[in-house]
Amino acid sequence: MSELCEALEALDRPRIEALFQRALATDGPLQVIERLIVPSLKQVGDGWHDGRVALSQVYMSSRICEDMIRRVLPARAPGHGGQARMAIVVLNDYHMLGKRIVYSVLRASGFDLFDYERMDVAEIVDRAEADRLDILLVSVLMLPSALKVPELRSALEARGVHVRIAVGGAPFLFDTNLWREVGADAVGYSASDAVGIVQQWMEEAK
Amino acid sequence: MTTSLQRVLTTLGHQEPDRTPLFLFTTMHGARELGLSIQEYFSRAEHVVEGQMRLLEKYRSDCLYPFFYASLELEAFGGDTLFIENGPPNAGRPIIHRSEDIDQLEPPSVAKAVCLFRVLETIGQLKARVGDTVPIIGVVMSPFSLPVMQMGFDHYIELIYEQPARFSRLMAINEAFCVEWANAQLAAGATAICFFDPVSSTTNIPRDLYLKTGQPSAMRTLKRINGPTATHLASGRGLGIVADIAATGTAVLGVSALEDLALLKDAARNKLTLLGSLNGVEMRRWTADEAEAEVKRAIAKAGRGGGFILADNHGEIPWQVPDDVLLAIRDAVDRWGRYPLNWIA
Ligand code: B12
Repeated sequence: MSELCEALEALDRPRIEALFQRALATDGPLQVIERLIVPSLKQVGDGWHDGRVALSQVYMSSRICEDMIRRVLPARAPGHGGQARMAIVVLNDYHMLGKRIVYSVLRASGFDLFDYERMDVAEIVDRAEADRLDILLVSVLMLPSALKVPELRSALEARGVHVRIAVGGAPFLFDTNLWREVGADAVGYSASDAVGIVQQWMEEAK
Repeated sequence: MTTSLQRVLTTLGHQEPDRTPLFLFTTMHGARELGLSIQEYFSRAEHVVEGQMRLLEKYRSDCLYPFFYASLELEAFGGDTLFIENGPPNAGRPIIHRSEDIDQLEPPSVAKAVCLFRVLETIGQLKARVGDTVPIIGVVMSPFSLPVMQMGFDHYIELIYEQPARFSRLMAINEAFCVEWANAQLAAGATAICFFDPVSSTTNIPRDLYLKTGQPSAMRTLKRINGPTATHLASGRGLGIVADIAATGTAVLGVSALEDLALLKDAARNKLTLLGSLNGVEMRRWTADEAEAEVKRAIAKAGRGGGFILADNHGEIPWQVPDDVLLAIRDAVDRWGRYPLNWIA
């Protein structure tokens, strides 16, 4: 795993591919994801949060992993095979990179999810209801967008849509109380935190 | 009586002035003072001049800050800006849709970019009001950070890694624009230029890549700017590249609340003046006591020997930060910022 982490941080694509193929020679795709990809992406994500790894490395490596996994585990409908029905969205602002990375990391970790791109509160409520979501992942970059989460929460409740909301993005990194203040159920400080949050919630739902 | 400019120049010379200078980077708060929407406020130079003067009187900050918003530079390149009621405007759609578009791109001429005139007028009018008593801080986006708005962050990262020739061309275009824009602000009366370069931060790219990309671009650009510059990482991390940034020829470094100010001070001593690093996002919910404690902590870590200007860590105080907090910061600087700082254990 540490070998893969090094290759990911160096963005050494041939080496990443070779390590992946080597793992696939002895294990099935799901095991490789669980034992190799998920922990490696977590290490890269934690490295970003600690300041040891840069965003450009997080972004490029998450894309490489997403590509590799897509080849062995094509995307399926969210919610298949007992997975939680989940979606990711950029709430109100226009900065898509955080969402893009979280999406790639979740896909590379074997999860399927809806990508709502950018939406405002009313649009999210409509889609969340239609898609019967269990989990909604919200990414923001601007503080005013983070402060919209309470409105999102009450609009969902008013419509009888009971989803768990995980939030992430720069404002939550700078104010670590903000996620509670806005009424989210969890916060992630790096993209790979989304994996742990989703796994835990799926465990609890069993 | 010491003027704000004298105080700032003393600290820039790594000497102790009468007290720690305070740069309160209030931009949108001027709209609140004038009872205008943020969009209306930024539509005329007169508003921003009036707003800045009222804020100066209210908070006695040691600078004036005629910064409108980052995406104004995108407007100069033909893009647009999206306004909201309770926060800073954001850039609209990118102007570079495919990397091939870079081959046809040309730097806009500042003399023809009407959207920029408001800033130059603002600077000129502020200068007429304060003369050489209060520094007027102009703002540019670094050539290396502007592309996030020009093409989107994801495509820009891909460009840096995958298309070196197009990346170089984009830097040349942005450098030409940045130099002209900075020099126009200096000619209009700005005292110094704040060079926003957060993509160079180790939050965003690793140091070895910075040394090949953001750093040489900053060196080429700062050399051609006819006045003092401050490099700001907009709350991105910089501890690992302090000496590299000093080598670009900048005098000041804006630093992040996510890093230890004492370590930053050790790295910057006698090389760079530090600017920061109060946490602006958290600031909206500080009590007066918390504000005082944060000010004390920052001054204790970085104030000794000068080379320090207290400010928020991003270069812009969020709209949501209440007056009470800003006044508490002001009071705390008056109380704890007087040199010599004998109260520090
Ligand atoms: C680089 C930068 C710039 C650059 C490029 C900005 C851009 N993206 O368009 C420039 C110089 C142009 C700039 C300008 C501005 N900026 Co700026 N900028 C930054 C900086 C340093 C990084 C921003 C970034 O894009 N990061 C990349 C994203 C992907 O990171 P992220 O959101 O943290 O996401 C990571 C994790 O948080 C997590 N994550 C994200 N979402 C989710 C969701 C879930 C569910 C989970 C689990 C995890 C997760 O995964 C990601 C990858 O690890 C930040 C400060 C910082 N240290 O982060 C300020 C920051 C974003 N900027 C800010 C502001 C205000 C602005 C301006 C509005 C200033 C102005 N008045 O003009 C403009 C807007 C520009 C625009 N596009 O319109 C503020 C926003 C907060 C606020 N105060 O409202 C910040 C946070 C600075 C601060 N400390 O206050 N900026």
